[in-house]
Amino acid sequence: MSFPWANQYQPKHPVMKWVDDRLPLPRFVYNAVGAGYPVPRNLNYFWNFGVLAGAALAIQIVTGIVLAMHYAANAGVAFNSVEHIMRDVNAGWFIRYAHMNGASMFFIVVYLHIFRGLYYGSYKAPREMVWLLGVVIFLLMMATAFMGYVLPWGQMSFWGAQVITGFFSAIPGVGEPMRQWLLGGFAPDNAALNRFFSLHYLLPFVILGVVILHIWALHIPGSSNPTGIEVKDEQDTVPFHPYYTAKDGVGLGVFLMIFAVLTFFTPNLLGHADNYIQANPLSTPAHIVPEWYFWPFYAILRAFTFNFLWIDAKLWGVIAMFAAIALLFFLPWLDGSPVKSSTYRPLNKIFFWILLFDIGLLGVCGMMPAEQPWVIFSQIGAIYYFAHFLIILPIISRIERPLPMPGSITEAVLAKHADKSSATA
Amino acid sequence: MASESELKAGVEDGVRRRDFINIAAVSFAGVGAGAVVLPLINQMNPSADVLALSSTEIDISQIQTGQAIKTTWRKQPVFIRNLTSAEIDEANKVPLSDLRQPQTLAERTKPGKENWLVTLGVCTHLGCVPLGAAEGENRGDFGGYFCPCHGSHYDTAARIRKGPAPTNLVVPPYEFSSDTVVMIG
Ligand code: HEM
Ligand code: FES
Repeated sequence: MSFPWANQYQPKHPVMKWVDDRLPLPRFVYNAVGAGYPVPRNLNYFWNFGVLAGAALAIQIVTGIVLAMHYAANAGVAFNSVEHIMRDVNAGWFIRYAHMNGASMFFIVVYLHIFRGLYYGSYKAPREMVWLLGVVIFLLMMATAFMGYVLPWGQMSFWGAQVITGFFSAIPGVGEPMRQWLLGGFAPDNAALNRFFSLHYLLPFVILGVVILHIWALHIPGSSNPTGIEVKDEQDTVPFHPYYTAKDGVGLGVFLMIFAVLTFFTPNLLGHADNYIQANPLSTPAHIVPEWYFWPFYAILRAFTFNFLWIDAKLWGVIAMFAAIALLFFLPWLDGSPVKSSTYRPLNKIFFWILLFDIGLLGVCGMMPAEQPWVIFSQIGAIYYFAHFLIILPIISRIERPLPMPGSITEAVLAKHADKSSATA
Repeated sequence: MASESELKAGVEDGVRRRDFINIAAVSFAGVGAGAVVLPLINQMNPSADVLALSSTEIDISQIQTGQAIKTTWRKQPVFIRNLTSAEIDEANKVPLSDLRQPQTLAERTKPGKENWLVTLGVCTHLGCVPLGAAEGENRGDFGGYFCPCHGSHYDTAARIRKGPAPTNLVVPPYEFSSDTVVMIG
């Protein structure tokens, strides 16, 4: 679907016309990310992050396929094969560092993309399905990154796998058999490494498939925008190409610059030195930390240090960690406000920033060892995280009085423009 | 071809012959699909060679009183500890009601060999290797083992006393093949 005033694809070259008559793929692309997709005229730079996430996925797939040409998924040689990539393979160090830091860049842009959605209420009707598919992508990314991190078979790889699969043994009764089924053994070993490699290769393509559904669902109502007011007529939109291809191009340039600085100047900044020690099943590193993008969730996992009701601490931690993400599936219905953008939601705006601070605090707790004061901070942080979504948001979204809103996107843009010109006059 | 009245009668019966054929065909296909999916799931379980590693013999003659060794069974660490009499007393002094998973030292060792504590070196929280088996390592607040990952403390009978781990360190199945050899598995 699209707006009635969308540009129509008109193949100029006879070859393109011939193709279009038989397989309308060029038309499909034109309507999806070309001049045939009308987009609100007022998008800000926070709307770049979807395209940037797509770019990051493409970078991971390309560098990953190349790495797989040199990597050997066998517990005896995996660690050495990664060293072989680093030292012997032509430009191998570059490809591996690009893949490592590409994963971090991917999570940075996806987190910003999610926070954009939270602030501007992009998850609300009629875009709930876009949001739900987004949460699915986020889960798949976490699974992919976790399994990728196991592949170099360093100490953090091994102990990360041990601890994460250890969650499953918390499930009463079926937990331990399930863990053995996941690992294909009693501890992470060759069987686990092989299947993780197989799935690490597969999942990015599953992500690609879900991304396509995500964009398909988005293109039914079209993109939202910083005012949260839906498009009313042609004045409110501009064609995606050239307007947003250009704007996304600027963002892509900045993204690539940051990516290059990380990859070339501080390639191990976000990594952990222990992962350059080969996996040793008999010795746990003093301090096991996951990659930075898991820190907030890791903090929630560790926040339960006491048994509560009839469920023990370990199972609570696991439940809380999964619930922290599963909660996002219900967000479109927990938020009862008809107004999307926090620009017009004075209360929600405040609590959005508190939530962001809370997630940052949980992140720091996840990085630190499980000692005081971090344990108590992660407990407070975890309670607040759940309280935000389950208590604060449902209440404030139903009692707050939104600020007066402009009648349309165009009106909002013109008012802003008038403000600026009167200020300079 | 069935007459109209026959058709009507069939429907009024509640079940048509067609329904029976549909259900039979779909069930048969379902059983077939299940039979194919089962091996696809089961292939992920530990394979025969992994299971074949499941018994190990260990010579314990060199372990002095108060010392412990780390070895492996099924690729998992195992601690074998020769408890001092003070450690045995300490373990026996603890009232069972103080324990998260109440077990006596006697229940966790072999009769007449109460000084030999054999456990997996796998923290029951999320599976780190606790410290305390090697000389000079932190043994935690209760003198047994200490897991640095999330701070679980085990006592001299390797029972959980403090921290997030839900249960005592697991005692694997084992036998004394002789006074100086333990057969695990
Ligand atoms: C969703 C996109 C992807 C993410 C988030 C991701 C993430 C990761 C991470 C975090 C690592 C560990 C890096 C390290 O510490 O060395 C890794 C390693 C690896 N990945 Fe990926 N990856 C993705 C896509 C792919 C694809 C499509 C392939 C193609 C087969 C691939 C192949 C590999 C290989 C062979 C390794 C091991 C070599 C190494 O450790 O550098 N990845 N991945
Ligand atoms: S794994 Fe030992 S305390 Fe968590």
